[in-house]
Amino acid sequence: MSTDRLPVRKTYKLYLGGAFPRSESGRTYEVHDTKGHFLANAARASRKDARDAVVAARGAFWKWSGATAYNRGQVLYRVAEVMEGRAAQFAEEVAAGEGLSATRARAAVDAAIDRWVWYAGWTDKLAAVLGSSNPVAGPYFGFSTPEPTGVVAVLAPQRSSLLGLVSVLGPVLAGGNTAVVVTSKDRPLPAVTLGEVLATSDVPGGVVNLLTGDAAEIGPWLAEHADVDGIDLAGTTAGGLAMELERSAAGTVKRVLRAAAEEPDWTADPGLTRMTPFLETKSVWHPIGV
Amino acid sequence: MTSPFEYAPAPESRSILDLKPSYGLFVDGEFTDGTGAPMKTLNPATEEVLAEVATGSEADVDRAVRAARRAFTRAWGPMRPADRGKYLFRIARLLQERAREFAVLESLDNGKPIRESRDVDVPLAAAHFFYHAGWADKLEHAGLGPAPRPLGVAGQVIPWNFPLLMLAWKIAPALATGNTVVLKPAETTPLTALLFAEVCQQADLPPGVVNIVTGAGDTGRAVINHPDVDKVAFTGSTAVGQSIARAVAGTHKRLTLELGGKAANIVFDDAPVDQAVEGIVRGIFFNQGHVCCAGSRLLVQESVHDEVVASLQRRIGTLRVGDPLDKNTDLGAINSAEQLERIRELVDVGEAEGAHRWQPDGELPDRGFWFKPTVFTDVSPAHRIARDEVFGPVLSVLTFRTPDEAVAKANNTTYGLSAGVWSEKGSRILAITDQLRAGVVWANTFNEFDPTSPFGGYKQSGYGREGGRQGLAAYLKGAEQ
Repeated sequence: MSTDRLPVRKTYKLYLGGAFPRSESGRTYEVHDTKGHFLANAARASRKDARDAVVAARGAFWKWSGATAYNRGQVLYRVAEVMEGRAAQFAEEVAAGEGLSATRARAAVDAAIDRWVWYAGWTDKLAAVLGSSNPVAGPYFGFSTPEPTGVVAVLAPQRSSLLGLVSVLGPVLAGGNTAVVVTSKDRPLPAVTLGEVLATSDVPGGVVNLLTGDAAEIGPWLAEHADVDGIDLAGTTAGGLAMELERSAAGTVKRVLRAAAEEPDWTADPGLTRMTPFLETKSVWHPIGV
Repeated sequence: MTSPFEYAPAPESRSILDLKPSYGLFVDGEFTDGTGAPMKTLNPATEEVLAEVATGSEADVDRAVRAARRAFTRAWGPMRPADRGKYLFRIARLLQERAREFAVLESLDNGKPIRESRDVDVPLAAAHFFYHAGWADKLEHAGLGPAPRPLGVAGQVIPWNFPLLMLAWKIAPALATGNTVVLKPAETTPLTALLFAEVCQQADLPPGVVNIVTGAGDTGRAVINHPDVDKVAFTGSTAVGQSIARAVAGTHKRLTLELGGKAANIVFDDAPVDQAVEGIVRGIFFNQGHVCCAGSRLLVQESVHDEVVASLQRRIGTLRVGDPLDKNTDLGAINSAEQLERIRELVDVGEAEGAHRWQPDGELPDRGFWFKPTVFTDVSPAHRIARDEVFGPVLSVLTFRTPDEAVAKANNTTYGLSAGVWSEKGSRILAITDQLRAGVVWANTFNEFDPTSPFGGYKQSGYGREGGRQGLAAYLKGAEQ
């Protein structure tokens, strides 16, 4: 290949309702690598984009949550397959955005893909692990099953742009929720590429919506939105913004996954801790012998 | 009431009670005076003053939290889990031994029929302690992580509709998982919690493990806002729950909320009408409708609407409203003048908005707080009586034509605590049950409770579960759910 070929650069846009629109606001912001070099203009999502994303996520909820757990698992596994094929591109974006060596960036991408596979395998085990048969003291058949909370707003981690993102998005999807994600503000590019992976992996449009931009700007609208059922504050560190968002979420009794004091090591085994906050338990009773 | 069934009065005796003229707070294993202005608790059926009860001030709450912290650090935390379990077994047995006393006191202070306090509230409260007692030394097998640990001091605030039962729902899991508690009973129903304090003494429960601080909203706020409380558990209205979630935001405190509801009770055209009518009555008139999971929105398939409503009205005509201590009473007194006012206000709005009100004939007692069982027909989903929680014996009847419409209407609420489905077709029940956004679904039954069955809401009915293996997670660190 000729070395003087001029590369075709990508326009980084939002991923919303299964499409790749620009922000309705027309705004963009410059994304730089850790050395300050220009990488791209990312779309700067607005309040209106966030609202549109909630509508898309709500619209996709019954289809996604109503799919069989096996089907959801296969779709999520398909995402990992397509990620694997894009690993080099992800590694390049992670290296530039996070200032990692090529080797360490590749390791982060591998960990992200493996994390996604891990969550893909959870979809059809949650009911057995978290549900129960309830031996009530009477002639009733009783059981409890986990069900998704609904539409979950995810403020993705600011530093770990792909592994962190996958670590907060995977658990929300595995449980059957749909998501509105605000990406890392300064490192949004791997998220947009993940959107392209999702769009080509049989994930129904609207199940995941990725908004590049500032969590401090969009987060408050999502925290108070009446059609958002839960919010993961991972992208804020505990303190002013996190507290403000938790207070705001109280007005609609949202499930809130609090932020840690500082961004955690995303390579650690997450257990069930990021899935259970966005799962409800439904208990069902029926008489026996009547 | 003019009823086809005439009964001679059959009142349960009050003589089993040794009611004191005044009660203090229960802190660090002893009854002590409160420093707030004492309040009076009434018998809502007669408006007679039952006793004077202390009001816990901020300083009293602080004393209680310190006692709970000491007990957590020195006694309850280090104790062998099996021994914690034995204390809870003792409490369960003591509740059973003194069951009649508790039932009579509950009916006096709350206004609920003795039939319910005797057959539901008190036995279920004992069952909750018995169930959780067994968990105390088995937590590492609960699937909640390999080494679940207690959180510390739990601050718990409970409502007036099931005073002893809600106490049991709060205290039993907290203690079984190794926490200590400061509990604030409702302002209008403090007496069974104070009798429960005597049970703690009889059980030789170490001082400070359970502290009971009576009072009103200010006392509750002091419990929730105390910096040394690690866990807040609240059952009550959604409005108060929202303010608690705001207060807890940004702190280390863990929170569970069990809030309001506006449950749909869906009756399909293939349901056996007589059974469904019994379930509708149980769904809305149990405990005078003072039930967060009450089936307050009846959704009837259009083709059987007239038949169901006629049968329901006939059945309601046989319900006996009156003396809570009478063993034949079906509906007792409304718990307070304030609650009665709220019910009246919403019922007036229901009529003003154009729904049709129906109540059975009959007289209500002259004194006390009473409201007749009430059915609204011609209700539209936009009416306030179809949206707001009335928390009284008031049923709103709506109709639907298709299963999809039933689901859409049932889910058309900000609440999501419970729901009911009546049909003879199993596959239909399971399909509808799947689509209802509610934490408990009763199919061909309603208002059943059990300590083994997790209870709690979706959406603005709150979060966290009480009961079952799932309910333990609310009180454990390192718990994975």
